[in-house]
Amino acid sequence: MQIMQIHEPGETPLPHEGDGVIAVGIDLGTTNSVVAISSDGVAEVLRNEDGSGLVPSVVAYAPDGSAFVGELARRLMLDRPDAVVSSVKRLMGRGVEDIKSLAGTLPYDVDKSGGEGSGMVRLSVAGQRLTPVEISAEILTALKERAEVHLGQKVEKAVVTVPAYFDDSARTATKDAARLAGLEVLRLVNEPTAAALAYGLDESAEGVYAVYDLGGGTFDVSILKMQKGVFQVLATGGDSALGGDDFDHAVAEHFLAERAADRGTETMTSADVKMALMSARLAKECLSRQESGQWTLDIDDQQTFHDLDRARLETLIAPLVDRTLGVCRGVLDDAGVASQDIAGVVLVGGSTRVPLVRQRVAALFGKEPLAHIDPDEVVAVGAALQAEALTVGSDTLLLDVTPLSLGIETMGGLVEKIVERNTPVPVSKGQEFTTFQDGQAAMSIHVVQGERELVDQCRSLARFELHGIPPMTAGAARIQVGFAVDADGLLTVTAREQTTGVEQTVEVKPSYGLTEDEMAAMLYDSMMHAQDDMNRRLLAEARVEAERSLSAVAAALQADADLLAAEEQEEIVETMKRLEAAGAREDRDAINAGVEDLERVTRAFAERRMDRGIRSALHGVDVREFESAAEPADGVDTDQPKT
Amino acid sequence: MEQTLKPLAGQSEQSGSDEEGRPVVPCWSCQGPVGEGSLFCSTCKAVQPPGQLDHFARFGLPAEYDLESAVLDRHYFDCQRMLHPDRFAMRTPKERALSQQQSVCVNEAYETLKDPLKRADYLVHLRGAGVLPEGCTLVNDQELLTESMELREALADAESLEDVDALDQRATDDIRYCIDALSDVFRTDDLEGACRLTTRLKYLRKLSEECRHHRAKMDKRE
Repeated sequence: MQIMQIHEPGETPLPHEGDGVIAVGIDLGTTNSVVAISSDGVAEVLRNEDGSGLVPSVVAYAPDGSAFVGELARRLMLDRPDAVVSSVKRLMGRGVEDIKSLAGTLPYDVDKSGGEGSGMVRLSVAGQRLTPVEISAEILTALKERAEVHLGQKVEKAVVTVPAYFDDSARTATKDAARLAGLEVLRLVNEPTAAALAYGLDESAEGVYAVYDLGGGTFDVSILKMQKGVFQVLATGGDSALGGDDFDHAVAEHFLAERAADRGTETMTSADVKMALMSARLAKECLSRQESGQWTLDIDDQQTFHDLDRARLETLIAPLVDRTLGVCRGVLDDAGVASQDIAGVVLVGGSTRVPLVRQRVAALFGKEPLAHIDPDEVVAVGAALQAEALTVGSDTLLLDVTPLSLGIETMGGLVEKIVERNTPVPVSKGQEFTTFQDGQAAMSIHVVQGERELVDQCRSLARFELHGIPPMTAGAARIQVGFAVDADGLLTVTAREQTTGVEQTVEVKPSYGLTEDEMAAMLYDSMMHAQDDMNRRLLAEARVEAERSLSAVAAALQADADLLAAEEQEEIVETMKRLEAAGAREDRDAINAGVEDLERVTRAFAERRMDRGIRSALHGVDVREFESAAEPADGVDTDQPKT
Repeated sequence: MEQTLKPLAGQSEQSGSDEEGRPVVPCWSCQGPVGEGSLFCSTCKAVQPPGQLDHFARFGLPAEYDLESAVLDRHYFDCQRMLHPDRFAMRTPKERALSQQQSVCVNEAYETLKDPLKRADYLVHLRGAGVLPEGCTLVNDQELLTESMELREALADAESLEDVDALDQRATDDIRYCIDALSDVFRTDDLEGACRLTTRLKYLRKLSEECRHHRAKMDKRE
């Protein structure tokens, strides 16, 4: 008698969630974004008709509120500056307070009213008040659509890269943006780590490598040890507000100063500033290839002409480049690695095309850097490889770290670090604190991120209060504060009072993140199909659970079917068949009910298996061998067919 | 994704019996018996919650001070290859949560064992549990106190980069000496000696760190 077909896990005839699931890799950049897809370990960047893989991270809003993204939007930047947003990545996870320091250097109008809801920055664009999350979601939607057109099927999962030095709120904001775009983020991967993955697999490299990633608005450097398919980040560092944009600024300021010397001070509109920045960027890019040139500023129909050669450009940007080198030295120190121990330096990001950057990096590490994978595309390639690894499986493994220390405020405005920077993730750490007043019933907990010792010099991530501490003398309460950082680098903080058994756990959302209500409203506004998406996700989850349950029972039957009477076994097999059939249909409730049924009909079986397990543990032998021959276990027929 | 079973952290190949005599508990997924602390159910292969294991046992390593970093790395990578959340991205939420817990424990063990100071501190506690409740922070060593104070004063008085470098070099040499000496005392199970050396190592590390801060400050001034 064929009892049932035993399927290996993952081979059940259910519509398996791993089959046909396409996950793309997305590099959501400050200046440009790229989407790539990998199959069988080979990643391909998805290009437009002109062969370009770069989608400018620029969003333009039409009067009716609809958005378009990319080259077309970029071309509109000069004509309709009030309706176009660029470099929005620099504002991800930032609060209104944060960007006061950047005032005047940003190419957009920030809504200063603050207003209701979270402390997240809002931009005034074409008469709308938009958060950076919503604007980034437009870019992600455009990338998703590019992938869907290319593949001819729906894309719902992605690996999205973030600067390694992105703090918790910026990571959360990125994940929220993907959710708005209808993408489930399988993993946030750090950009330098993704680049290392692309290079490592390409070169089958072994040893310690440095990745120097200078993008449009962010700078990262990571030191990784690569061996036998494992990419272990030893240390990472950077500056989340330093990039090619700042080079443009230095040049634009130089042009404007020349102009002012010539014509006196003028009032500038934000359109004028955008224009000056564009000329500056053009000059910077040209001077990577040629020695000198002349550029024009056209403001108020008054043209001025500006000569610039490479040497002058290098003087303008040298302080910025030096800042990156200082960060590199610090990270080498953190990694406990000397620069001569570095086997290779990988260059990532468009700004590494600047000759001065290449020279200085080569001098610091004492070797010519590697740049043969297009520095604009390498991160997306790595993200695509990781997306395939997460969905299909892979022999490679990325082991990353927290870029910044995490701690809480203690008395006197000091920071007590709980998770040190460069700790491998996932990590979970706890520390005990106590009350300082008799009968203190609440404790305020302020979560910060950063390396400085004073709270004011660190980034404030969240504040919350732990209530309901039972009345005790000062110092008697024991409040355990737990920090957990997951593989995406996202933090969850919990707090509980332990002495009396009264527990209270608070999950923290970053202060500059969106509240759940805001998120829900945006999802509702942006997607007519939000409900459909949610249902589809729940159905997928129910199927994965059904699959787990079926393969668990199948494995149990294979091991211990002799514990069952024929009719019992038949009942289980029938229940499994019903669940398999339900799994092939779309009714989520039926699948969940099927899983419960299967659990119910296998309960007695599970008890017998435990019984046998405990007995064999006591005897130190596998009793199954002779049990079936000697005496029937729990009234089971001895002439049971064995699987 | 198929999880291969390895006799790591004392896994049992046999269903229902546990070679290390650990209590048998029900697997959360197939409800069958599984040895407490096993990484995976031997029957249905589902990932299990991390057990209460000491950091050495988690890697299947003997609880000794001498530990080559390449050996530790190999065991660490083997564990993370099986348990890292990236391996469970398409699994049920429960399996993802368990893999994260497992991975957290593996990282914690790795972070403790890879650092000679943390490893010494941990091993003293592991071997001397109950014997030395005060751990390795008790300062009752006059010689050590004097040395530490002298070095700090020297650093405070240091006027040139060369002075700082010389002090740092001395600290680095002494750190190396301490680590070698720790290896000897742990081998003869001299816990008191281990405790004293661990305390000294802590001071020296601190000094070396302060030298670096001092140098950074001097660099900035120039």
